[in-house]
Amino acid sequence: MKRVYVNEKWCLGCHLCEYYCAFAGFLERGENDMARALKTSKIKPRINIEEKDGVSFAVSCRHCREPLCVKGCITGALSTFDGVITINGDKCVGCYTCILCCPYGAISPSETGAVQKCELCVKTIGGTPACVKGCPNNAIVFEERG
Amino acid sequence: MGLKFLYPEYEVVRNYDRCISCRACERQCANEAHEYLQNENKIVCDDAKCVNCHRCVSLCPTRALKITASGNTYKSNANWSGKTIDEIYRQAESGGVLLSSMGNPENYPVYFDKILLNASQVTNPSIDPLREPMETRISLGAKPCKIERDENNRIVNNLPPRISISMPVMFSAMSYGSISYNAHESLARAAEELGILYNTGEGGLHEDFYKFGANTIVQVASGRFGVHPAYLNSGAAIEIKMGQGAKPGIGGHLPGTKIIGDVSRARMIPEGSDAISPAPHHDIYSIEDLRQLVYSLKEATNYKKPVIVKIAAVHNVTAIASGIARSGADMIAIDGFRGGTGAAPTRIRDHVGIPVELALAGVDKRLRDEGIRDNVSVIVSGSIRSAADVVKAVALGADCVYIASAALIAMGCHLCRSCHAGRCNWGIATQVPELVKRLNPDLGYKRLVNLMTAWEHEIKEMMGGMGINSIESLKGNRLMLRGIGLNEKELEILGIKHAGE
Ligand code: SF4
Ligand code: SF4
Ligand code: SF4
Ligand code: SF4
Repeated sequence: MKRVYVNEKWCLGCHLCEYYCAFAGFLERGENDMARALKTSKIKPRINIEEKDGVSFAVSCRHCREPLCVKGCITGALSTFDGVITINGDKCVGCYTCILCCPYGAISPSETGAVQKCELCVKTIGGTPACVKGCPNNAIVFEERG
Repeated sequence: MGLKFLYPEYEVVRNYDRCISCRACERQCANEAHEYLQNENKIVCDDAKCVNCHRCVSLCPTRALKITASGNTYKSNANWSGKTIDEIYRQAESGGVLLSSMGNPENYPVYFDKILLNASQVTNPSIDPLREPMETRISLGAKPCKIERDENNRIVNNLPPRISISMPVMFSAMSYGSISYNAHESLARAAEELGILYNTGEGGLHEDFYKFGANTIVQVASGRFGVHPAYLNSGAAIEIKMGQGAKPGIGGHLPGTKIIGDVSRARMIPEGSDAISPAPHHDIYSIEDLRQLVYSLKEATNYKKPVIVKIAAVHNVTAIASGIARSGADMIAIDGFRGGTGAAPTRIRDHVGIPVELALAGVDKRLRDEGIRDNVSVIVSGSIRSAADVVKAVALGADCVYIASAALIAMGCHLCRSCHAGRCNWGIATQVPELVKRLNPDLGYKRLVNLMTAWEHEIKEMMGGMGINSIESLKGNRLMLRGIGLNEKELEILGIKHAGE
């Protein structure tokens, strides 16, 4: 299955992936102007840049083969679809067990009450995830690596 | 020192309706032109720091930025231009020589733009390159003009070492040091994939790049940096650099701040020491001396590598080329006055040397007149900007061209001409690790391959239109050229007719 992989050697710490991620959510709702979409609110991306001492890299859901978040979820809101760990917002009760379980810190609260996480853009733009498309330096790639 | 007279040249215009304060511009400008105001969640800019490199413009996700000329103007004066006045202010402030980079930007005639190409009509039909074979492969080096036979009357193979490349374009000399590791890797990988050559420049060769040897020209310049037997033997050809179009008659100077780590090792000089290339080679004061170096290098490489002698196009270039063609060199590279550089004194870059078109036409004619054209291949450089320039250069008599500025532009260079500051925002002309990593060679090399592939298609298209199916039949084929808006003397030097003739 294709996953998002990180080449931290090429990450510039520009944070653009975070903005493209945040914008992907708006695309889903039919807003296709990034300026209009992100002008007023503070973004809540599902990918986050970690940086320290000149090293930076993007962290998003690894779509684990044995996902601790799915195991931990008390309502069955998290499940695996074709390898993609997906969240069903209607089922999530906002207990945040998954946030505590995920060893990568890849799940975060959202303003809807349900949690949010990277779903490889399957619900938003399809094809290549928006963060990977927007990265100027191939520091994140969407690849089959077995 | 009291009052500063200089007003910023550019203005960074931000459309606040579109800016989402993502801070990418602030994070990516190594000149620190942008500043984020936390309290207001707003980005502001100090125009005076901007060098107009377009890094922020290209990265801004909402197209909120553009750079314009600041438009501040002095009282108009046809003699004292704003640029001239500013230069005087700058020198009055600093007391120093003005430095510049990339090629001569002044308004001298560009002869390539005053030459038009022919196409077939009715007779001698044109050829469709998509349906019929087209040959762009060339072979460079000396051609023997005598057939030699052994005692049994069998023909002896007396062909000197040559190089064969897939199209008449190579990447010109840019040293590791003047450009980054990633830029170097991009050039080397692209040359390998394209089946052409790139050139190490005078900075020696990083150990990681020996594996691209078959696609490498190794340079020997007046500083002799990084020259040792393995280096000489690693490439497909050796180039002796006598001069450079951007700065004929003067040497080079890579400041000690750039001589760190790998760069110092490749150059074989201590870290932090300035790399000063003298203006002349101190052992070359005549064609005979040059011949000695040519043969020393051949000797050192077992007569297996062709030797190129690179000179700047200067006034008596034809006589110099004639000497070089008799020196045992296999190729002459002529670099015109628009050739690029990582740093040169502005006055030298903008006022010394001659256009490569004239130099090429003159050299080709002189070598033919003297019957020594086959002694050498002629490579030209100094602002070859497009496939059309390549075709015109070949028709004017060149065997091949070198490109450098065009290659850098393909990798992201925006010709901001501040390479000498060492803070290239595109990761090309810099050794600062955070900046170098902005050029991912996986992307850089691909862009180079794309550019060359596109040019190759265009070259074939233009050749096909002229009814020519091999680049060799275009070489020196001046009947395919016509001048436009040129005077008698210029036409005579170029050896072409005027349009309509
Ligand atoms: S967009 Fe790419 S380079 Fe920029 S921070 Fe994200 S991963 Fe790094
Ligand atoms: S959210 Fe965390 S635990 Fe769950 S699949 Fe993604 S990375 Fe693995
Ligand atoms: S120097 Fe380059 S990155 Fe900085 S403001 Fe100017 S154009 Fe933008
Ligand atoms: S990159 Fe563009 S959107 Fe982001 S802060 Fe700069 S001007 Fe604003």
